[in-house]
Amino acid sequence: MMAETGFVALWMAASLSLLQLFLGASALRPGNEALLRPVRAVAVAQGALISLSFLLLIQLFLATDLSVKLVAANSHSAKPWLYKFAGTWGNHEGSMLLWVTILGLAGAAVARFERRLPERTLVATLAAQAMIGLGFYAFLLFASNPFERLDPAPLEGNGLNPLLQDPGLAFHPPTLYLGYVGISVAFSFAVGALVTRDVGPAFARAMRPWVLVAWIFLTLGITAGSYWAYYELGWGGWWFWDPVENASLMPWLAATALLHSVTVLATRDGLRAWTMMLAVVAFSMSMVGTFLVRSGILTSVHSFAVDPARGFFILVLLGLYIGGALTLFGLRVGTVREGTAFDPVSREGALVANNLLISAILGIVLVGTLYPLLVEALSGEKLSVGLPYFNKAAGPLALLLVAIMGAGPLLKWRRDRLRDLLRRVRVPAALTIAALVAILMLAPGIGVFPLLGLVLAIGAAAASVAPLWKRNLRRTPLFTWGMVIAHLGIAVSLAGMAAESFFTKETLVAAKVGETVAVGPYDVHLMGVEPVAGPNWTAIEARLSVRRGEGQSFILAPQARIFSSPPTETSEAAIATRLDGQLYTVLGREDSEGRWQLRLWWKPMVTLIWLGGALVALGGLFALIGRVRRERRAAREREA
Amino acid sequence: MKAKHQRLTLLLLAVVAVLGAVLLAMSSLKDQAAYFYAPADVTRKGAPQARTIRIGGMVEERSVRHAGDGVTMDFLVGDETDAVIRVRFKGIVPDLFKEGSGVVAQGRFQPDGLFVADEILAKHDESYMPPEAAGERHKTGSLK
Repeated sequence: MMAETGFVALWMAASLSLLQLFLGASALRPGNEALLRPVRAVAVAQGALISLSFLLLIQLFLATDLSVKLVAANSHSAKPWLYKFAGTWGNHEGSMLLWVTILGLAGAAVARFERRLPERTLVATLAAQAMIGLGFYAFLLFASNPFERLDPAPLEGNGLNPLLQDPGLAFHPPTLYLGYVGISVAFSFAVGALVTRDVGPAFARAMRPWVLVAWIFLTLGITAGSYWAYYELGWGGWWFWDPVENASLMPWLAATALLHSVTVLATRDGLRAWTMMLAVVAFSMSMVGTFLVRSGILTSVHSFAVDPARGFFILVLLGLYIGGALTLFGLRVGTVREGTAFDPVSREGALVANNLLISAILGIVLVGTLYPLLVEALSGEKLSVGLPYFNKAAGPLALLLVAIMGAGPLLKWRRDRLRDLLRRVRVPAALTIAALVAILMLAPGIGVFPLLGLVLAIGAAAASVAPLWKRNLRRTPLFTWGMVIAHLGIAVSLAGMAAESFFTKETLVAAKVGETVAVGPYDVHLMGVEPVAGPNWTAIEARLSVRRGEGQSFILAPQARIFSSPPTETSEAAIATRLDGQLYTVLGREDSEGRWQLRLWWKPMVTLIWLGGALVALGGLFALIGRVRRERRAAREREA
Repeated sequence: MKAKHQRLTLLLLAVVAVLGAVLLAMSSLKDQAAYFYAPADVTRKGAPQARTIRIGGMVEERSVRHAGDGVTMDFLVGDETDAVIRVRFKGIVPDLFKEGSGVVAQGRFQPDGLFVADEILAKHDESYMPPEAAGERHKTGSLK
């Protein structure tokens, strides 16, 4: 009964979405103003129904109702509670339902809380959102029904891919989806403004919080995903330029550019058409991301199953949305008035440079991600594009971008003088040069990329906090703090990446029980290897006694795990986190002479990579709160 | 500068930046993309020297030999033809690496025809193997 209720709720939400589109579109015709109000109510009702549908699916997973095909195929009664719950979206159908649920809730939130925009623009925005939602509803109802029954019900379910049996699963997909959906809301705002020819600062201020929300969640999603891959896959790497990772990086890049240009539009009324274009690009990237991940065109942990029909469906949706968005943009961009002009040397100028560089990096990542797919489709030849390409092509641009990030906030809006800028950056510049000399003396063999990365990170960190210099810190607006923290986070992350790439020490050995192996500053003593068991797995576990110099020794226990349903082996790395880095240990196989393979890494400062990511997201949160509070106050003052 | 001129300049800059990026991307793709070779391709086209490629096929039965250091291993990768590639890998192989099943390795050919792999791609089970390996197994007819 529960599955049927969920299915009916899904259908009703889809119908309301259709109603929202038509009601919205006809309300925009002259003389139909009476229809404007009900559109908001429809959007709220749609959000409520789709949430009900999703909650019911969660309940089916928690109860392990095996008469539902999706549960039988992806769950198992012996699975821990958290993974039954998170397993709801650990599969294709469930994750698509999560996608539309978030979209529906976001639409309801816009309808309920957005009061600054003219009513017509808001209704056009909601209609655009309904349009996006409809495609996904159709996809769910006709090609991936999560509530399909299975008759007769099997006695036991198939279980969840062990790689996904990790607390990360509970957070990683919803976080990224919030990001994707947030971008689609920002895009809907852009469509609304283009339809009603209402592109200006008021619109930019309404759109900005959604861009910020999307950007915060994408940042968190990427950071968490990177750490998850790092400790779960056991290869010691934190970014693999896997197409699925790129699928989350590309929307992030576009959102970062959009976030900066929407600020110019909101504050200075500049970059109007450019901001619209970026909204279209960002949305396209989140659609491409969804396509790459959900179509099964890529085979990875993320694609769950290969099904060409679904891939085709999403490809058609992708074409319709991106094509439609570009067409609307092309038709209406002529009616967008020019914004305020500015000097090349100005805050706006730096933000334009930021936007251009990010766009270029985005282009490089996009080409590298799609190239193998295109080549295979056209010639049948198989190839892969990985780290060497991305580092070589995008690396120099990224470093330049960090340099501009440091200088940009020290420029005045509208017009500034290069000489004044040079005076303001002299402390960070001096620090950069000092760092260059110090690193060259301490680590002479360092490569060009790690060297530039470390040096620029130090300079950019100093420049990021420079806007606070000689200011009354208690009266500094929260969003300025947000900017400072986010920029600092980028510098911190860059320092971690550079340090990890050059200073990592690796040891790969086959060791007998009782032997001691050195890696970096640590001595690792193999005490023994024993079998252990968990709720749905058994494992071989190595007991390593680890000691740094004369310090206290501690135990690390990397495992090779064997899961029972589905039968799969994974290796569980054991990691010790210290202030100056991480010791990463992996257990391999036993060889014919009774020795155990051990792979050990000492990775100095590696944690800075994710710490930086968290700082970036925190900065985004501060900016969001600061902006919303200031808008509230401005609204109160207007009323008074 | 007038607003209109500024918009034009911005547009031009944007076009130049994106085109530049794509050209840069294309040129570095030429030497950085890792092409995929099955053993038969190597026999037909010759072993590509001095560039990173991927090879894939089946690990031949009873071909795995471990070196004395316990972490280096040699094995043969074959396909439906008689062609084989000699592969050497130093490291911990992924969990499902075994004789008689599919494998994809990334690395370089040495002048003597030995393929030195620096990475064996993880293949966690039937649903999660690299597409190249899936294709290979289809050809050899062992994929059910």
